[in-house]
Formats: sequence, structure tokens, C-alpha cells
Amino acid sequence: MMFGLAALAIVISAVMVLYRGIKGPRVYDRLLAINSMGTKTVILIALIGYIYERPHFLDIALVYALINFIGTIAFLKYRETGRLD
Amino acid sequence: MINVIEIIYLFILVVCSVAAVRMKDLLSATVVLGAYSLIMAIIWMDLNAVDVAFTEASVGAGITTVLIIAALSRTKRGESVPDVGEQRRTRKARRFKKFVLFIVTLCTFGVLVYGTMDLPDFGDPDAPARHHVADRYIEKAHEEVNVENFVTAVLASYRGYDTLGETTVIFTAGLAIMVLLRREKS
Repeated sequence: MMFGLAALAIVISAVMVLYRGIKGPRVYDRLLAINSMGTKTVILIALIGYIYERPHFLDIALVYALINFIGTIAFLKYRETGRLD
Repeated sequence: MINVIEIIYLFILVVCSVAAVRMKDLLSATVVLGAYSLIMAIIWMDLNAVDVAFTEASVGAGITTVLIIAALSRTKRGESVPDVGEQRRTRKARRFKKFVLFIVTLCTFGVLVYGTMDLPDFGDPDAPARHHVADRYIEKAHEEVNVENFVTAVLASYRGYDTLGETTVIFTAGLAIMVLLRREKS
């Protein structure tokens, strides 16, 4: 129940972040929104693991945190230099 | 509780995809598609398909974003908008085209829904997909292949040639992308 409430709170905050991601006047607002969406994904996966009583989902959440930044890095490199190579 | 959360995920998914289609700035659309992949990964996780969720997060949110940005760096960032006179001339044709596309999409949707009607229930243990060859894999995989994980045994041994073909396809696709995105040394 506790984990369910926490997951509900995280999902509602994900909806609020999504508003900024879609409305955001500049592309940087969108990028920041999607980045925090990734962080919420990590927490949600951990919480889902506890809701379904499979706490080893926590490892998967850790790996998610590791691959979360790839898109952001590529995006920033494109904005800085105009190309990726 | 978990049902409410699932409904909110699916709502976010629909909003993300509609927003990505409607955006004129292609870079923003790419970023929103990244969010779509993250939510999709949570849904796979929720369905207990952990390896699929992994693939979705690394390929959908990671590699696809990088590849689309690489393609954008070789093309233009915005969609081209035709000038006013041309817009007025093509408006009628475009409305007709949209109508035809709507009808086609509706028909496809109907056929797909019709196709799901006689499928077994979600998670049904007596579904044919769970008894065709799965029983043999579960009973014999350990002594025949001597690998602890069934999924690994199926992918790497029972369907080894299939996996080899898939690897060839992915290798060819990687080569093609490298050739397309290569920068000429001048």
C-alpha cells in the first residue's frame, strides 16, 4: 500500500513533467523534462519491484540509471557543435 | 492502486505519441519520443517482461535518439512549410487525403481488433503458445544444453541459426548506417 501510494505520487509528478515536456517553449525545457522523466522511470521500476515483491528489479533500475544519459549527451553535443562525429 | 497507475502510464503514452506527431520542431519531437520509450519500458516492466523492457530502454530511449539526432545533423531541423498561395491551392486536396487516410486507419484498427477477439486470455496458462514446444524446453533444456537460463538456451542453442541470421541483419544495418552518416575527409 505504501509503495502503491509512492508510485502513484511519482506517476502524477511524471504527468506534470510531461506537461513541461510538451508545452516547453524551448527545446532545453523539453530536454530537462525528459531527463527528470528518466529519473522517475528509475524510481518507478524500483517501486514496481517492491509492489510485485520482486526486489531484484532494483538491479535493473540501477542499469536504467546508467543508460539514462546517452540521449542527453548526444543532444547536447549536437547543440554545441551541430554534428555528432 | 496498480490499475490506476497503469491507466496513467497509458494516458502519458498516448499524449506523448500525439505530441510527437504534431510537433513542427523535429528535435523536440525526438526528445518527446525518448519520453515515450521510457514509459513504454515501464509498461513492459509492469508486464514482467524484463528483457524486453531493457531492450526498449536501451534501443528506444538511447540508440534511436542518437541515430535520429545524427540524421537531423545531416538534414534540416524543422518541417518545411509551403507558402500561403500553395497552401490555399493544396488545402482541399490535403483535406481529401486526410479523410482517405482516416478511413484506411479506421479499417485497419477494426481488422486488428477483430483479430484479437479469438486470442486466448492474457496470462492464460492453457494458451497454445505455452504448450507447443515450451514444455520440452522447460523439461529438457538443462540436460540438453547445460545452461541454467531457459531463454539463453532457446536463443543460443535451439534457435541458434535464427539468432545468427538476426545478428547478420543487425550487423548489415549498422554498416549501412555508418556508410550513410560518414563524414567525408576533405
